[in-house]
Parts: sequence; C-alpha cells; structure tokens
Amino acid sequence: MNENKQITQHPDYKEHHEPWVRMVKRDNVSTQRAVAVRAIAILAALLVGGILILLMEHNPILVYKDMIIGSLGSPLVLRETARMAIPLLITGMGIALAFKMRFWNIGAEGQIIAGATAASYFALFHYQNMPSPVLLMVMFAAAVVAGGVWGMIPAVFKAKWNTNETLFTLMLNYVALEGLRYLQYGPWRDPSKMGFPVIAMFDTSARLPRVFGVHIGWIIALVLVVLVYIYMKKSKQGYEITVVGESIQTAKYAGINTSLVFLRTMFISGAIAGITGFVTVAGANFTVSEEVTGGVGFTAITVAWLAKLNPAAMIAISVFLAILQKGSGTIQTIYKIPSSAASMLIGLILFAMLGCEFFLNYKLIFKKK
Amino acid sequence: MCHGIFFDILTSMSEVSNCAVKLNNISKSFGTVQANKDVCIELRRGEILALLGENGSGKTTLMNMLSGIYYPDSGEIYVDGKEVIIRSPKDAFDLGIGMIHQHFKLVDVLTAAENIILGLKGSVLINRKKLASEIREISDKYGFSLDPNKKIYEMSVSEKQKVEIVKVLYRGADVLILDEPTAVLTPQEADTLFEMLRSMKNDGKAIIIITHKLNEVLSLSDRVCILRKGELVGELETKDASVKSLTEGMVGRSVSLEIQREAGALGKERIIVSSLTCLNSDGLKALDDISFKLHEGEILGIAGIAGSGQKELCEAITGLYPVEGGSITYINDDEPSELCGLTPTQIAKKGVHLAFVPEDRLGMGLVAGLDMIENMMLKSYNNEKGFLINRKLPKSTAERLIDSLEIVTPGVSTPVRRLSGGNVQKVLLGREIDSGPSVLVVAYPVRGLDINSSYTIYNLLNEQRKNGVAVLFVGEDLDVLLELCDRIMVLCGGRLSGIVNAPTATKEELGILMTHMSD
Repeated sequence: MNENKQITQHPDYKEHHEPWVRMVKRDNVSTQRAVAVRAIAILAALLVGGILILLMEHNPILVYKDMIIGSLGSPLVLRETARMAIPLLITGMGIALAFKMRFWNIGAEGQIIAGATAASYFALFHYQNMPSPVLLMVMFAAAVVAGGVWGMIPAVFKAKWNTNETLFTLMLNYVALEGLRYLQYGPWRDPSKMGFPVIAMFDTSARLPRVFGVHIGWIIALVLVVLVYIYMKKSKQGYEITVVGESIQTAKYAGINTSLVFLRTMFISGAIAGITGFVTVAGANFTVSEEVTGGVGFTAITVAWLAKLNPAAMIAISVFLAILQKGSGTIQTIYKIPSSAASMLIGLILFAMLGCEFFLNYKLIFKKK
Repeated sequence: MCHGIFFDILTSMSEVSNCAVKLNNISKSFGTVQANKDVCIELRRGEILALLGENGSGKTTLMNMLSGIYYPDSGEIYVDGKEVIIRSPKDAFDLGIGMIHQHFKLVDVLTAAENIILGLKGSVLINRKKLASEIREISDKYGFSLDPNKKIYEMSVSEKQKVEIVKVLYRGADVLILDEPTAVLTPQEADTLFEMLRSMKNDGKAIIIITHKLNEVLSLSDRVCILRKGELVGELETKDASVKSLTEGMVGRSVSLEIQREAGALGKERIIVSSLTCLNSDGLKALDDISFKLHEGEILGIAGIAGSGQKELCEAITGLYPVEGGSITYINDDEPSELCGLTPTQIAKKGVHLAFVPEDRLGMGLVAGLDMIENMMLKSYNNEKGFLINRKLPKSTAERLIDSLEIVTPGVSTPVRRLSGGNVQKVLLGREIDSGPSVLVVAYPVRGLDINSSYTIYNLLNEQRKNGVAVLFVGEDLDVLLELCDRIMVLCGGRLSGIVNAPTATKEELGILMTHMSD
C-alpha cells in the first residue's frame, strides 16, 4: 500500500482544476439556428470591419452603404457585378465535382489558363478561316479539351502511383502560367505594341455576343448549373463520384473502377474550369494575358465550399462574392481606402462565414462558477 | 437517492479505507445521445470489478472519464475518499489510475522498455540496465515474463497487451482498467491474463474489466456492475450471479440464447479453394497455401486470432484481393469456373452470385453518408441501361427490408451513418441476402451488436443455409461458432491449421489450432 500513500500526497493532486472551456460536438442543428449563427457571424465581421474603417477615419455605415450602391445600385454596376460572378460560378462547379470525390483540386487556375490559351489560339490565328459562331464553338471545344486534359494529368498520376493531388494540381498552376507567359513574351507577342509584352486583341468574330448587356457567359453558367446538378444528383456517374468520395474501399467493393472515375471526373472538372477561361477571354477581356484568371481559381474554392458543393447555392454565393469584390473596388475609389484594407474587409467576412461552421458543429461549455 | 447512499458509504469507507475509486452521479452526453446518466459505482482495493453491458451501454465512456479521456458533464469522482478532477490521462496517472485500451497504443519500432518509459519525465539518458531490471521485477511479481528488449513489431498480441499492462504498473498505477482485454486473445492466453489479474488483485490492486462476455465475468470477477443505456441497472456479487441473471440485466428482459441447428449431410460442393496464396503490401504471405471446400447449405466457420488472414481470404474469394497463386473454383451444376484474377464486376457478369458482408460495414460494405435507397443500389445501380439512376427499385427494396428485418430508422432517406450498429448490419446483410446469392461470405457479422440483434443475424444466416446457400462465416466468439456452424476452419498466421466438425469440437481444440505453428 506504499503507492497508495504516494498518490494522496502527490504535489499535483490539488492543482487539477476543471478546464476553463471544453468543446462538445453537436448532434443536429435546426435550420433556424443555422441561419441565426451565420447571420451573427456576418454581423460580427461587419462590426470588426467597421472598427477597421473607423481607424481609417471613415464612417463605417456610409462605407458599407456605398459598397452596396457600388455593386448593385445601377444597371451599369449590376452588369459589372454579374460579369465578376460568372467565372466564380462556373469554376466553382468544376471544383465541386472534384471535391465531391474528395479529390482536392486546387489547380483550377492552371485549368482556366489552359482553356483560355487554347481558345485564344483559334481566336488569334484562325479567325479568318471560319464564321463567328463556328469560331466560337471551336474556341469553346478547344478550351474544354485543354482544361480537361490539364485537369486529368494529376488524376492519371493519382490513379497510377497514388501521388498527392493537392501538390500536383497546385504545381501545374505554375506550369500553365509560365507556359502562357512564354507565349505572351515570345511567339504570341503583338509586334504592333512597340515592344510591350502583350498579346493582340481578338477579332470581333471571336467575341461572345451579349444578352441584357452581359456577355452570354451568364447563360452558359446557368445552363451548367442545371447540367452539373443533374449530373451530380441524378446520374450514375455522379453516384459513382459520391461513393468514391465517401470511401474508396466501398467503391472497390461495389465493383466501381475507381481509376476511371478519377480520370473522368477530373477531365470534367478541368473542362469546366477551361470554360471559365473561354468566357473570360472571349466575353470579357478579348485577349489573353498572364492575369487572365484574376485569382478566380482560388476564390472559387471558397464558392464551392460555402455552397456545400451544391450548384444551385453556388449562384447565390458567387454573386455575393462578386458584390463584395465590386463593392470593395468602389469604396477604394470613393474613400481612397487602400486595396489591401478592402481585401481585409472581404477576408474578415469570408473568415466569419467559414469559421461559423465550427459553431454549427460544436458547442463550447465554459467552466461553471 | 444516490447522494444519501453515497455519504453513508463514504463515512463507512473512510473507516475501512479500502474504497479506491468512487464515481458519484456521473453523467455524460454526446449531442443528443446520453452515454451515461447518474452512474454511481465504487471500486474497492483488492477486488476485480466487471463492468458488464451491451455495446453502446456506456461502459467505455464511463471508464474514459475515469482515465481522463473524456470529462464528465456532471457528477464527482473520488479517489481514496477525496474529490478529484481528472482532465487528462496524465491527471489519471498522477492519481494512480491506468487504463489498458482495446486498441494498443504502442510504437511498433521501439522495444518494450522504450514504450514503457515513453512520455515519462526522467534523465536525458536511459539507464537501460536499471530499467530492464525494474520491468523484470514487475513482471516477476505478478508471475509472467516479458522481454524488455524485444521490439513491439516482433510481439504477439498477448505480449503487446503485457507491455501495456506493465506500462501502467510502471507508472505506479494501483487502479487498473482493462477495456475488453480478451477480445484479441485465444482462450489459453485469456487464462494466463486472468492469472495475472488475480495475482495483482491479491497484491491489493483495484481492477475493473470492461466486457460483454458472461463467462469471463463469472470466472474472474468478484463483483459485477451492469450498465444498460448508460444507466447502472444492477450491482451484485459474482457468486450470486448466473448467465441468465446477467443476460437479463444487460438486455432488460429474458432472452432465449439458443441457435437452431439441423444436422444433415453436406450438400454439393459450391466452391473449391486450392493452394490459395496471397501477398500483403509488404510482400509477405497473408495467405499461405489454403485449400478447402465450401458446400451448398453449409455454414463453414472461420476461427482464428484477429489478423490471421480472415480478411484476405474473404476478399480474395470475392475478387477484391490480388491472388498470388492457387485457384478458387466456383461450381454450378457440375460446371466449374475459375474466379481467380477476376474483378467483382467480372465475377457478377459470369452469373456467379457472391454476396459479401465485410468486417468494415460503414467503410466498405455501405456508404455512411448516403441513405438506405442509395445504399441498396450500391451493387446494382449499373444493371439498368441509361445515363440516369433509377431509384424506384432500390426504394422498394429498402422499404421491404425495413419491414421484414424490423430495421429501426426514421425513413429510407436517413443517412445510414445515423442508424445504430445493429440496424446498419441489418441494412448491409439484408441487401446482400436480397440479391439472392448462392455464396454468402460474412465477416464478424455480430461485432458490436446487442444480444437480440446478434440472434436475428444468426437466424438469418441459418435461413440462408436452409435455402441451400453456401455460407462462409468469419467469427470471433468460439461458443457461437461451435453452436452455429457445420464445420469450422481455423486459420493461424495465414495458414490453415485445421478443419473440425463443429458439433463434436471443443473450445480447447480450437484454441490449440489457433496458436498452432506447423514447424
């Protein structure tokens, strides 16, 4: 019984206090509660953002008001906001397909560049040879194939050698970017620009027509929403993606050819990102440059994630993000708020939206007394 | 209620001073699940207390609160009569409480001695000689042997368990908690463990073993506490207990524990496995020269220590594990066809109806995040033509199974993850049986199931047997294997160490075969 005495006299014995805070997993969250938590999160972000604005000696309420007016207040800015939402929406769906399979495709940037470059090739060098609708369709097809192949490369390696897709897709972004830079600074450089390293503007036949003042990329995006929704929820291939994502073991048990599913899904995922490249060069920029993605490939990850991979919800999320981006642009010009501060505001709001998921899944229990 | 009793006991205990641990009104919930509710248990020095209960009754949760892994929502813990707060396993060790978990927490590439001192404060250098002699001293004291310098990966399961026990003793624990310690042991190894535990008890240690095996409770423990749905429903001296009274305490009503087995001649040969050899990912033989025949209308049991090749054998037969050598021949109307080297899809295309209930239900047999309908179509979604999925047929299958197997679920569109273990198994086994198999391979079908669900599963298997299905049944409870099967095949280290006739075989016979090494 020697040990027994030791224990009662142990120096740490009395110093054990109840922990200050503990995490407990929630079982189920009601819709009301979920909405409330998210609303509180955004409010909190706006509040912190407000303090930030105050520190820059501006009136937060006026700044927020101008953000809204600047992104939704007139048909002109509304169209601009829509133009910003389109690439986010399309790319988000491509990413969602891969994420549903738990294939962490963070290579949308590269896939967009691949699609944009392939489409631009026909726009720059073959516009004389075909009528506008045919040219646009060829550009579309080229973007789909190029984006798809770019997306499929990491899947091939994953299927064959089980390489890490996160690193692989990320690295391919730089490969694609440097490839495009090579073209921009070398063979595709426009000689009439007096030595400026830019690529020529597209011929008018290689530009997307407009409907309601916005290039028809928005129609393409909405059609894709329907198609991707059906593909994910109703098709056999979508079912296979879900099973592979949930458990590769189960997929093999069910007789699903997992390698095939990896390759096929990543082709489609990349192809959809490639479409983003196509609508950006043919609808918005009318040329291609190293800035063609504008970071959409990464921002779209946020879109896909916040929408819980649901294509319909992605419409709302991508518009919301476009409002934030457009609005932050507006307040930069009106209030001379530096762009870094405006990015901080956006960052705060997104952080709050993503972070509040924690409070939907867990609750904190504080020390009593 | 509990309070009053408790204070009485506390005063009387402090006089006698043999109350090691006292749990008072302990409650713990996870989300909406109440894992423990107002549990009061006391543990005395020099006794072995069995904590009995079905899976999900809250035994492990309760002990995890004592060992610092969880923190109770309410209630108090007293050690040696003083209220204590246990926030972490380290706190528990400081109080002399040590838990030996079901899944060992050892570093494979280190030696026993290194594992034992892992995480302890001490000098920078290890005095290996002193350490080894200390370890020998502990093991000698309780009458077993342990080589301090043996690496963990060279050890058998029971040796690893000894390391875990010494690890806890070395840290000065005098309250030991063992979570299902015999789950991975052969009957002989279990007996050795029991001897060790008895000598520790005689040394004045307080021991709790968590178990759902009634025989162990009766042969080993001094007292039994029975938990049901998180609440303490019974506390009695083992000498007053019987299998029947314990079962009724666990389940809450009387149950019949009999499996109907109709003896009969073996049917026609269904599958002939000959010289089957498979390699694992390290290139070692997971299955070594296995040959046996599986007949129509037969339940062939597979016994063996966990990891003796059961999983590989099941998966090789169902086309999921690469075969290195040998053959698996399926015989239909005297017409043999070779299954080796075929994928599950190719096997199905040949018209061979193999059904497989894998060990890992939610990670392999089912998709946890999908609902019952989507799980029903897992193997059949591709049977119909077209691009889109047809949900009508799987929906009617799901509804039929809910009715016939009495599956408790809010509905066909609830993710199967939300169902209880028994219902998950019914979904899986139901789907496999519903596919009308000629061969049914089931691995550990009642693991984690309560007694009632287990017997439902046994009856389902028996029914299949009566219908002429060839059933391959991987089990762990030897009593059940002996009762349910026609023949039992014993695997040991990837080799076939014997096939016995179940009605005439004994547990001891199986135990010897399970550890048999044909040198």
